Amino acid sequence: MSYVCAEHLVKTYGTGAAAVRAVHDVNFDIEAGEFVSIMGESGAGKSTLLSIMGAMNPPTSGRFVVNDIDVYKLGSEKRTDFRREFIGFVFQSFHLASYLTVLENVMLPLTTVPTSRKEKRSLAEAALAQVGLSGKEGRLPSQISGGEKERVAIARAIVNDPPVVLADEPTGNLDSKTSHEIMALLQRLNRAGTTILMVTHSRDCAGYAERSLMVTDGRLTEPDRDLLRVGNDLPFQPEPQDLCSDARYG
Amino acid sequence: MNLSDIVFRNLLRRKAKALFVLAGLAIGVATVVALISFVEAMTNHINHKLEKYGANILIVPKTENLSLSYGGLSLGGVSFEMQEIRQRDLQKIDSIKNAANVAGIGPMVFGVVTVRGQKVLLAGVDFESTWILKPWWKIDGTLPGETGVILGAETAKVLDLKRGSSLQIKKKDFIVSGVLKPTGSQDDQLLFMTLGTAQSILNKEGLISMAEVAALCKDCPIDAMVKQISEAVPGARVMAIQQVVKGRMEALSQFKNFSYGVSLVVVLVGSLVVLATMMGSVRERTEEIGIFRAIGFRKSHVFKIVLLEAGFISAVAGILGYVAGFGVTKGVLQFFYESGGASILPSVNLAAGALGLAVLVGLASSIYPAFLAARMDPNQALSAM
Ligand SMILES: Nc1ncnc2c1ncn2[C@@H]1O[C@H](COP(=O)(O)OP(=O)(O)O)[C@@H](O)[C@H]1O
Ligand SMILES: [Mg+2]
Repeated sequence: MSYVCAEHLVKTYGTGAAAVRAVHDVNFDIEAGEFVSIMGESGAGKSTLLSIMGAMNPPTSGRFVVNDIDVYKLGSEKRTDFRREFIGFVFQSFHLASYLTVLENVMLPLTTVPTSRKEKRSLAEAALAQVGLSGKEGRLPSQISGGEKERVAIARAIVNDPPVVLADEPTGNLDSKTSHEIMALLQRLNRAGTTILMVTHSRDCAGYAERSLMVTDGRLTEPDRDLLRVGNDLPFQPEPQDLCSDARYG
Repeated sequence: MNLSDIVFRNLLRRKAKALFVLAGLAIGVATVVALISFVEAMTNHINHKLEKYGANILIVPKTENLSLSYGGLSLGGVSFEMQEIRQRDLQKIDSIKNAANVAGIGPMVFGVVTVRGQKVLLAGVDFESTWILKPWWKIDGTLPGETGVILGAETAKVLDLKRGSSLQIKKKDFIVSGVLKPTGSQDDQLLFMTLGTAQSILNKEGLISMAEVAALCKDCPIDAMVKQISEAVPGARVMAIQQVVKGRMEALSQFKNFSYGVSLVVVLVGSLVVLATMMGSVRERTEEIGIFRAIGFRKSHVFKIVLLEAGFISAVAGILGYVAGFGVTKGVLQFFYESGGASILPSVNLAAGALGLAVLVGLASSIYPAFLAARMDPNQALSAM
């Protein structure tokens, strides 16, 4: 079965008249090592979908399975542990801790991991080297550029070597040159084996992915193939009944 | 990088907030420490006085005539026909219920004698018990033997006798072995000799005029002891002489209650300061906590971060509060009792108590903010940014 598997995902915010159905019966599966982009208009439900995939936002109904683990069957603290071990997040607005240095920000996900300071430090330095930020370890987030902040955010996402990296509009706040550099970086990570799911507005950016999911009003729709520069995969065609059929419930 | 690193980095970043919490707690602790150590110093001071006071129970004969007095107490009539207590009856005091609290018994016999043509009140005392019964006595000379006497300061002046002088009482020769320094009490006007000698001179063998009893303990059940002694010694009137000290003790215990009340209020205010500040701090850190939770900090980790922070500030506040409270008390005592009256020494127990109190209050007031922080939904915390 697929490494990442979504089955009949529904997410409704609020209740009664104020209810907003942000995700509407979404099904897909993603193999390990894929680089998938999620596109759609603002308010379409991309972030909601990504947060469900990030084990941070319990769906109203449906199942989400990673590596045979039924993520939302896990208790809250176990789900946190799952996040730590399986998911690296790259947030749209970086979300760096302003009072911690670049190196410390990258070390954050290792805080609760029982390894030595030295080990944590060298892992963080390796991650920073991977995103091309060696030499800026001691700076504060306020002392580096937007593109560098994004790199720090990526370094933080990959420091504990998670199998899946989720990125929500990673280039939303960057100019196009920097955006391409960041995309190239994600592509390199992907080639090194990391499964990447990336929400993006930009067709250019989506072009770096191997395939693209299109979200419209909370539903997955067929992407417009012409919009994709690199798109050798077939547009995603969900077959709801068959998805995740043999997933173990974790 | 571990949880405490995050705590310290955050404390350094939010120095003003940290100082605010610190001040709130430290002031509370300082107040409590100051009040407690002040009460303690006063209690010690009074107890010390109490012990210096010497005798605190008097045993006198039951009598109707009131004219000759000692220490404000009637000793019977001038007519020398004083009623007496048998000396051996005093032994019964050893068998009262609170006998263990009796530190000393001083039997005394009184009589008027003529020395150098002047009438003087002669007191036969048990000199061995004077150090505990009359600790304020300072003798210029030595304690007398069988043929020695000690003169009160006034007596020595009036009779024009000094240490080493000889004198005759009822045709017997005596040497002045010492003169009492002025005591400000009636002792200044007496002539002292050993009990046995006085008894034989006064023809009162085996009899005593009164006895002083010292119950030298902080919380002696004086009233109960008075009752027990009255029952044990027939024909004696037994009374406590501690009214002044007792009054002070009562005032002190009222002050104690007052200071407990003040402490409670101050600690309560301190804990509200901590609560409000920590709530604000947690709210301000919403984004950060959202990140922590998203990247794999458990709820318990977030809880711990908040409590570690509070615990650290509280511990520092406890130490500072103790030092400040101690200093204030020391200063106040020095101001009121310039030369060596009441004083305090640093107390490990009080310091530990202050530390414990600060940490307890700091943690207790931070539990709710920590709980709110831990409960924060990472998805909402981050999407709200
Ligand atoms: N926490 C929330 N509470 C209520 N409504 C929400 C919440 N998050 C998102 N929504 C709503 O769900 C819909 C999808 O939002 P979102 O997933 O953020 O879309 P996108 O990322 O594609 O812009 C929107 O209508 C949005 O207003
Ligand atoms: Mg979004």
